Amino acid sequence: MNAATQPRPQSRPQRDEAYNFAYLDEQTKRMIRRGLLKAVAIPGYQVPFGGREMPLPYGWGTGGMQLTAAILGAEDVLKVIDQGADDTTNAVSIRRFFARTAGVATTERTPEATIIQTRHRIPETPLQADQIMVYQVPIPEPLRFIEPSETETRTMHALNDYGVMHVKLYEDIATFGHIATAYAYPVTVDERYVMDPSPIPKFDNPKLDMSPALMLFGAGREKRLYAVPPYTRVTSLDFEDHPFEVQKWEHNCAICGSQDSFLDELILDDQGTQSFVCSDTDYCAQRVNEGREGQ
Amino acid sequence: MYVAVKGGEQAIDNAHKLLAKKRRGDTTVAELGVEQIRQQLPLAVARVMTEGSLYDEELAALAIKQAAGDLVEAIFLLRAYRTTLPRFSASLPIDTSSMQLNRRLSATFKDVPGGQLLGPTFDYTHRLLDFTLLAEGEYPGPQGKPDATVEACPRVLGLLAKEGLIKEEADTGAPVADITREPLEYPASRAERLQALARGDEGFLLALGYSTQRGYGRNHPFAGEIRVGGVEVWIEPEELGFPIAIGAIEVTECEMVNQFVGSATELPQFTRGYGLAFGHAERKAMGMALVDRSLRAGEYAEEIISPAQQEEFVLAHCDNVEASGFVSHLKLPHYVDFQAEVELIRKLRKPSKEQAQ
Repeated sequence: MNAATQPRPQSRPQRDEAYNFAYLDEQTKRMIRRGLLKAVAIPGYQVPFGGREMPLPYGWGTGGMQLTAAILGAEDVLKVIDQGADDTTNAVSIRRFFARTAGVATTERTPEATIIQTRHRIPETPLQADQIMVYQVPIPEPLRFIEPSETETRTMHALNDYGVMHVKLYEDIATFGHIATAYAYPVTVDERYVMDPSPIPKFDNPKLDMSPALMLFGAGREKRLYAVPPYTRVTSLDFEDHPFEVQKWEHNCAICGSQDSFLDELILDDQGTQSFVCSDTDYCAQRVNEGREGQ
Repeated sequence: MYVAVKGGEQAIDNAHKLLAKKRRGDTTVAELGVEQIRQQLPLAVARVMTEGSLYDEELAALAIKQAAGDLVEAIFLLRAYRTTLPRFSASLPIDTSSMQLNRRLSATFKDVPGGQLLGPTFDYTHRLLDFTLLAEGEYPGPQGKPDATVEACPRVLGLLAKEGLIKEEADTGAPVADITREPLEYPASRAERLQALARGDEGFLLALGYSTQRGYGRNHPFAGEIRVGGVEVWIEPEELGFPIAIGAIEVTECEMVNQFVGSATELPQFTRGYGLAFGHAERKAMGMALVDRSLRAGEYAEEIISPAQQEEFVLAHCDNVEASGFVSHLKLPHYVDFQAEVELIRKLRKPSKEQAQ
């Protein structure tokens, strides 16, 4: 689909009665909601939960899907994005799954959605207080690539022992002059737990801080969930003399001309001619509707 | 203008249709029936039931058909179905001592009470392609003795236990967790470990078990006993108060005998590793038994230095549904993260201010 096409308003589809509402049985959904309540009560803490096998492969959003299934109501309006776009194949697949098993209305418009399940992006359009973001998380443990053992990392979280993370960031600065992490950039939630914000680009990290929306994170294969409640302080790890900063582009979006959204790089021909377009297709389409355009 | 992997809806529908067509193959050849798979590919069915954690030959055969013979995909299909099923009851422990044996062997004794029973096995076949199978034929099996009687076949390791030569395994009566309902946390109990290994990938457990034989966590295994056959499954519904048999299943059980040099408080004795699989699945049961024993290193105060001895390493990576899902997710678009990395690499490659001066 061209990003400039009008999103189609979708009416509520027919639910497949062969499955329970939103696929999971009610007991499982209750178990997940209990886990979510704990996660909201302890922001950034990874709550183990009895993750179920979903009919999609692990690593393809099963954690996010289980959380969405647990919180979804018949009146909800669901938006699903992958890489910021509503029409990437896996986003289409997950949106269809809930349209079929829950019969809920779906949308591509960020402000219309009550639940937004996402992989790798936070929408550019600011979120509102009545919205819930559900993140698909591959590896929930921010310390995993420093310490492979789960037993060890749980102890480190319990003891607030995050020295190794700061050492890793310091080593980056000593080697490269910058912190060499571009996505899944670790954050501190409410001045306590260090959390992996899922593989969003660090460009999106500031959107987590004091967001009016509830943020839920689900890792299906690793059987962990965690949360950032609304209006919670979320700070990206940095140093006083090397403050956190986000990516900037020298280009504007070729479609809508945006100067401040996250841009995907397209290679147009064999000579490597580049073009840049918004990764958030809904944001881009709305700007075009407002009459903006690129060069 | 060019837009990357987008416009998915039609593509997904078409991909499903193409897959169905590829699975069917040449329509001038008769379609494969689920019952044919069940009857004629019993070892594939056994593997799918074991790693899919669901004993249902027909559904496993259906999964194999639907997966076009991809067994890991078939295991995934069966798992995704299993997760939707209600739990009526936990069965009583199956009694493999009273198994209706199809095959039984012990590598530790020349003869054992009840005898050795070779049964249907690839062992001792010469692996020469049998071109007669290109045509259809009759395979009536050997002549049976109508007057043959079944002798009692006590467990081989039980004979060692009578002499106190092997570590006793006792049921503590503690409630057994269900790793498909509750998250696995480390350190896991042995029951949880065995559940994870029973669902674990045959190839992974085979390779890890093999690694212990080659010295990575060596523990001197002997195949104490392997038995394959039918066992009854009993449940005891609360409202009845007495057990009832609900059917019979075929299982493969392997008990490995391993050395233990003893410690300050214990005399040297043999220890065991345990493997159990649905259907006829010896390779799986043996791999599982080797890895079960190597994961007990801590229990026997052995030095934990090799992958097969490390519980988190083994249990976190033995599940092929998890592993293939996470590896295959690399096929999903990652261009946002990749873009972030490209920007970072470009930034890192720019000469720093000091170098530029």
